[in-house]
This record gives sequence, C-alpha cells and structure tokens, in this order.
Amino acid sequence: MSEKTAAAPAAPSQFKKTNQWFDVWRRLKQSKTAVIGLVIFVLLCLMALTAPIFFNYEQDVIRINVQNRLQPPSAEHWMGTDDVGRDVLARVVWGSRASLSIAFSIVAFSLFVGGTIGSTAGYFGGVYDNVVMRIMDIFQAIPGILLAITIVAALGPNTVNLVIALVVSSCPVFARVVRGPVLTIREVEYVEAAKAIGAKSGTIITSHVLPNCLAPIIVQATLSVAGMILSVAALSFLGLGIQPPAPEWGAMLSGARTFIRDHSYLAFFPGLAIMITILSLNLLGDGLRDALDPRLKT
Amino acid sequence: MSETNTNAPLLEVKGLKKYFKTRRGMLHAVDDVSFKIERGKTLGIVGESGCGKSTLGRAILRLLEPNGGQVLFEGQDVANLNAEQMRLKRRDMQIIFQDPFSSLNPRKTIAQTIGEPLKLNKIITDKNKRMERVLELMSIVGLAERLVNTYPHELDGGRRQRIGVARALALNPKFIVCDEPVSALDVSIQAQVLNLMKELQSSLGLTYMFITHDLSVVNHFSDDIGVMYLGRMIEKAPAEELFANPIHPYTKALLSAIPIPDIHYKMERILLRGEVSSPIEPPNMCRFAPRCNDCMEKCRTSEPALVEVSPGHFVSCFLASDEVMPV
Amino acid sequence: MSNVSDNRRMALEIENLVVEYRTHEGTVHALNGLDLYIEKGKTLGLVGETGAGKTTAGLSVLRLVPDPPGVIVDGAIKLNGETIFDKTDKEMESIRGKAVSMIFQDPMTSLNPVFTVEDQIAEVIERHEQLTKEESYVKAREMLELVGIPGTRGGEYPHQFSGGMKQRVVIAIALACSPSVLIADEPTTALDVTIQAQVLEMMKGLREKYDTSMLMITHDLGIVAEICDSVSVIYAGRVIEHGDLEDVFDNTRHPYTEGLFNSLPNLQDRQSRLKPIQGLMPDPRDLPTGCPFHPRCDYAKDICSKERPPKTYRNERHYVECHLYNSENIVEGKVINR
Repeated sequence: MSEKTAAAPAAPSQFKKTNQWFDVWRRLKQSKTAVIGLVIFVLLCLMALTAPIFFNYEQDVIRINVQNRLQPPSAEHWMGTDDVGRDVLARVVWGSRASLSIAFSIVAFSLFVGGTIGSTAGYFGGVYDNVVMRIMDIFQAIPGILLAITIVAALGPNTVNLVIALVVSSCPVFARVVRGPVLTIREVEYVEAAKAIGAKSGTIITSHVLPNCLAPIIVQATLSVAGMILSVAALSFLGLGIQPPAPEWGAMLSGARTFIRDHSYLAFFPGLAIMITILSLNLLGDGLRDALDPRLKT
Repeated sequence: MSETNTNAPLLEVKGLKKYFKTRRGMLHAVDDVSFKIERGKTLGIVGESGCGKSTLGRAILRLLEPNGGQVLFEGQDVANLNAEQMRLKRRDMQIIFQDPFSSLNPRKTIAQTIGEPLKLNKIITDKNKRMERVLELMSIVGLAERLVNTYPHELDGGRRQRIGVARALALNPKFIVCDEPVSALDVSIQAQVLNLMKELQSSLGLTYMFITHDLSVVNHFSDDIGVMYLGRMIEKAPAEELFANPIHPYTKALLSAIPIPDIHYKMERILLRGEVSSPIEPPNMCRFAPRCNDCMEKCRTSEPALVEVSPGHFVSCFLASDEVMPV
Repeated sequence: MSNVSDNRRMALEIENLVVEYRTHEGTVHALNGLDLYIEKGKTLGLVGETGAGKTTAGLSVLRLVPDPPGVIVDGAIKLNGETIFDKTDKEMESIRGKAVSMIFQDPMTSLNPVFTVEDQIAEVIERHEQLTKEESYVKAREMLELVGIPGTRGGEYPHQFSGGMKQRVVIAIALACSPSVLIADEPTTALDVTIQAQVLEMMKGLREKYDTSMLMITHDLGIVAEICDSVSVIYAGRVIEHGDLEDVFDNTRHPYTEGLFNSLPNLQDRQSRLKPIQGLMPDPRDLPTGCPFHPRCDYAKDICSKERPPKTYRNERHYVECHLYNSENIVEGKVINR
C-alpha cells in the first residue's frame, strides 16, 4: 500500500525546502507602516556604518573650535554647531554608532541571559521556576532606570558598566517574555515525542521549544532596542552613560539643555534622531508581531 | 528478539497508579491497573475521554512518572530505572501520538524529524548513512522520497501520521504505544494507516498497546481488549469474547452505542444515565454505580475487584463476581 | 428529477451552488455545483471527508460564508420555497435562528463563556418571538428541560457543564424558536460514544416533536444509518451519489461511496483486511479534470479524466455521477464488486 502507487497532487517545489521566513517576509511587506519602519531603520544602520566616510572623528567630531561656537544651521553646518564649535550633524551621525551598538548589545545580552533563565524556568517548572521567577519579580519591582543608576553609580560610569546595568534591569522582562510561550510549547505533543525518542532536556529546549516561540521574542527584542536607546540616552543625560567628548544622542541632549532657550537646534536634532529611531523600531516591531502571528495568515 | 522465552509476556503492568495533584484533591487518572501483553500481540485499551487511557500509555513509557506499581518490560522493572537508563530503554519502547498536527515540530523537515532519534541516540552518526536510513524508513511507511525536505504543514494528516510512525520505528523498538493514532484522520485515510500498522506488526514482530475510543477500530486491530472507566480497568477479555459476551454493564452500554453503518442491523441500545463522575478523590464504591442501570446496594458501599470469570475474561462487577464467588 | 417539481414539499433546495474562496495561494473551489434537497420533516445526511465542502454547504444556507475570501459564484438556495439570495441582510438576520438554525461541531467554542446558558437561550427567543423578558426566560428553562438539563441549572455558566451538556445547550438554542430547518454540522463528533448515543436519541425525539427538517453533516456512516432518511455523498464540492437510505446503503453504486464503506472496520468480521481508498483528497485549489474522483478510482476509464459525469438515475431519487453507469446498467449494478 505504498503511496507511490497513489496519484498524489504533485507540486514541483516539493523537493526543495521552503523557507518559512519567506512567508513572514511576504506578510511583513503587506504592512506599509512596517516597511517604512524597516526602511528608516536600515538607513539608520547604514548611517552608523558609513559615518567615518563622511566625517573624520578627530577633525569633525571631537575637535574643539571655539571661533565657530553656537552657529545656527547653515549651508556649511546643516545642524549648526555646539557650544565648543563642533558640527552637530557630524556628532549626530557619529552618535548613532554609540547609541545603536550599545542598545543592540544590551538587548543581545539580556536576551541571552533572560532567555536562558526564562526558558529553563518555564521548561523545568516547580521549585526552580518559583525561586528564579520571584527573584526576577524583585528586579522588576525596582524601576529599571533607578536600578541602572544605582549600578552605574556603584561601578563607575563607563560603557561596559552602562551595558551591565541595563542588562540587569532588562533581564526580567525577557525572562518573562520567553517563559510564557515555553510554558505552552512544553505541553505540546512533539516535545513529548522528543522525550520518547530519548532527547535530553537541553536538546529539547534548544531544538524543539525555543524555535517555536521565536515570534514573541523577536517582537519584544525589536521593541526593546528602542527602549534601550532611550535608556542609554537618559543615563547619558544624567551624566552616567557615555562620557564626553564621545558623541551620544542622550549626552548631546544633556549638553544642550543650558542653551535650549536661545539655541534650541542643539537639542532639536539629537532629539529628532532618537525619535526617528524609536519610531522606526516600533513600526517594525508592530509589523513583525502581525507577520509572525500565523493566526493572521491570509 | 524472539530467542528469549516466547511464553513470557513482553510487558507486564502491575498495580500501576498515576495521580495528579489538583486544587480539589488527588485526581486518580490511573488507579491500580494491571495487565500483560504477549510478544507480537496487540492489547486494545478503550474508554471515553477522561478514563485515563492516554495517561496509562504515558505512565508505562514514563513520559509521566507513575505514583506506584510496576512496569515489567522483558522482566525488568522500568519504573525503577534512573533517567539515563530510561533514556536508553526508550529505544525499545516507543509511542505514536494521536494528533498528527501537534506531534510534529513545525520547524523541522521530515528528514530531520525521522532522523532525530538516530542522531540523538548516536545510532548512525554519519550524515549520509543516516539519510539512507531515513529514506528506507520513509519507504517502509509509504512516504514518497520527494517529500524528504518538506515541512509538516505542507502535508495532510495521513502523511503526517506516517511520519510519526516512521519516527517511532527508527530505533527498532519492540513495543509501541499507539495513542489514538487514527482518530484525527478521515475514514479512507484511517484505513490506510491501520493497514500499514498491521503490516508493520507482522513484518517487524511489533507488540502494540492500542489506545482508542473507537470500538470498531479496536475490534479490528486487537487480540485482547481492556475497557477502562475512571482510571480503573473494568473488563478485559480477548476481542471476540468481549464483543460476543460483554459482562460489565458499562461495556454493554459502550458496545450498544456504536453507530453501525448498516441499516438492517438493529441493536437494542442501552442508554446510560448522566455523565462520568469526577475522578478527583473517588469514594470507595463502584465507579460506574452512579450511571449503572443495574446498580445494587452493595455497589454504593464497596468496590468490586477484577476477577476472572472465564479463561482470559476479567470483569470488575458484583453482578459477575457474585456468580463466581457467592457471598 | 421529478421530485424537484413539487416545491411545496421541499424544506430546503440547493441548486448548482458554486462557492469559491479566493486567497493568496489561489482559488479554493469549495463547492462546484452542489445539488441538495430536503423534504419537509425529513433528515438528509451529508456525508464526506475533510475538505469536501460539507461545512461550506451548511454555512451557505445561513448565508454565513465568510466574505472575503468566500464568494458565491452561482446557484440558488430556496428555504421553504423562498430564495435566500434575494433577501436583505436585515431579513437574513430574522431568518437565522427562526427559520433555519445551525449546530456547530465544537460545543466548547459555540457558547459565550461570559453569559449564563439561560441568557443565551433567552436572547434568541427574545429576538425572534414577541415575548417579554420574563416569558423568554421561562421558555429558555423549558428548552433546557427538553434537552434533558434541569431548568434550575439555567443560571450556570458554560464552563460548569460537561461537553455533552454543552452540546445539549447548543441544541436548545438552535431549537428555541422551532426552526423549520436545522443544520447540524458534526454535532456529536466531539462527544464520547455513550454521550453521542444520548444526544442522537434526544435529537430524534425533538425532530419528531417539532417536525423539523434536518441537514445532518457528518463523516460517520453509522450516524447516517441511525438518524437519516436520505443521504447525499459529497466529494470535492459535488454530490456524487444521492438516494434514500436503502438505495445508498444496499445498492451502493459510486466507487467512492463503496470505498467509504470498505474503509470501515467491520464489527462482525474482525479479520477482514480494510480496503482503503487509495490516494488522498484532491487539493481544492487544483481539482482534477472530469470526474474529480478519477485519480483515486479503481474503475477509471479514459472518459473519466475528460468529462464530468452526468447524473444517472437508478430510481426516482437515487442517482450517481459516474461514467460507469448508463440508464441500462444502473438498475442491475454489479459494475463494481462489493
């Protein structure tokens, strides 16, 4: 009773693997706002990557030039110059490197740490789950930025400590986001099937459970990058983040606050950069959420 | 396989218990169930939803840890093995699941799913040799070679169920628990899969425990049939005997309730009152008593034991056991 | 053909119904010229496998085919002699639940969890009948008693009932305004056999009491044998064999119907090998030409892949759509070996 004798509807594509991400991409394309978000975000990344081509770090970004101080936007300085005569455009462009890379590494680390905690807690359950998640609750009960301020204040303000602080404060969120779907997926029969063929817990988590709860994780990660840019900016604004003279959007905003009355462009452009980045990531994140949800499949 | 004593049962379950903790007390999913399955035979387990039949299958494979009792597989108590020993033992004891949609990982191709047991148990470490074995397994279960790189969602239920069968066969098991393997399939496809499983049984010498709610399927497929009600095995007999001569009132009602696709076949239908009572902290009485049409005083105060009323025919009912052992 | 002429006797007539679902992956041809009729007070079994178009047929009668992607391309549906495609949406709302109502397969999802069961029954009664709130709640409790649930449990919520009880509640809602046509879409598939027996027995009683005509959508020939008067076998969106119960069960003509019977395990003869239908249901986006069953048919001839077979009548009601038959050999049968 072999199936070869049966006349099955033959689709020509059946020999090659079809990529499931292609479906996601197709659905993402249908959302105009998501595509706009994606385009802006790609442009921002390109800007960060190509910054050294347009502006020399030593010459344009950090060199003090007091004769040029506080010039309004002009043909020569599109965004004007700051209080020590540095070109704001150059600093905004270079600032994207710091803001984006720090935000991404924070998200990557918290995803890894929080994801490990959340997935093991969700998969094994019981006492371990209870203890770990209560600790996460304690962390979450403290406002993230306050926790980060405390850690940076204790360890001293530099980039590494900034990353550590924000990873610690955002871990619980990721642990929760990962744990939820893991709780559902671990009850599905293919997980039981994996156990039945002799798979160990680690294999089950990494190859059966996690790949099937990627959707909420990816969405949360995208939205978190926006949040992190804001947090880094906030900490830099408070003087606890990126230290001068390195350019960073939050630090630039912070520096501009004394001149905001007469030279508002100093605050306007870095603020605009932060806003555009967050907006693009939020649009993209919302689009991804819809595209990754198979229930909305049309 | 068969060089060992063929008379000894392959699997013997003694007093197996599986309870779940709930907020309202202990849920007795499987309560003191005992039976034997001989090599190459099929034991059918029938019962309605919530009777504990799926839990029984999982407790035997220790996908759920039993709370008591013994599971003797080739004379060795599986329930006492540690995690690593059990992992190795699972090569001999496999399971086919009910739902061909949720039992396959949607992100793995057919080849990955069927090859996974070989890879995890380090049976075939070479990638190309493993693929050969995967293709061999696919042809055994009647899956066309061209499907090797497809994902489960591209296939229909019948083909998916064949993948499940191939995955279970990959480790050359001796014993397979079939948990409602065809109830999610259309009748024409159901017959294809049932025939396949029967062929595999005779060619590979498999022993099955076939769990189902469909009495006509179990009758077709099994040598012996056990009927479960609220965690208890209430009647067990060779298939023909059970259908010809059911003794327990529940079995009688169950058999009479099967809709027969024949307009000339009219059977007196025994309608049961009410619905299955709660399996949480069941009182010490016959668990079927609240729905039983022949319920006696005694049924409400004590629980009947499973006794052999004729060779191979076991029943747990005072109506039957009184005849054997008058009070 | 003569039966269609007498319209007054028909509770439901569907003629040449064509329904498509237009999706990104292509057009799904759900119904391809479905003909179906139910005489007043009778029960028709609509038998077929997953994807044959059974549920779409049921939804079409209520004009509930989701649109988009569903499009009714052609055909007519007459309910008690009135064409429902002419009705406005407003008129349709008063027809649903009153003249025709539907029981869905899954009782778990067809009840609203935040209302008590008597709320849900009374709501239907209030909408369709000139009754006060109090009166409709009294009627709701009567309906519950009728389906075998104590009226005092009316104030409980759906989650407090078991699966069988929920399906009884669903049936109570469907019958609350004594519709002339009841469409039951696999009403007992989600239930256990003993509960199924209870529910079927109850439906038989209610059908007689209310003189309801019923469309019983099912995949289970056993249920058809039990409760139906006539049966239509549907394959790839067309009725390929139709007749009274005796016609279809004892004088099976279509190879597909035959295959369905042969696929079922026989309770009397346990050792018999099952004879499944080879192959799979065709993809409704890409149906075979000619007779849609020909790729799976053991008796397929050349013509089967080229032309769609016409209806061949064995008697006034019993017909098949199959090239194996003509007006001579249809009576004798014996073209396929049972």
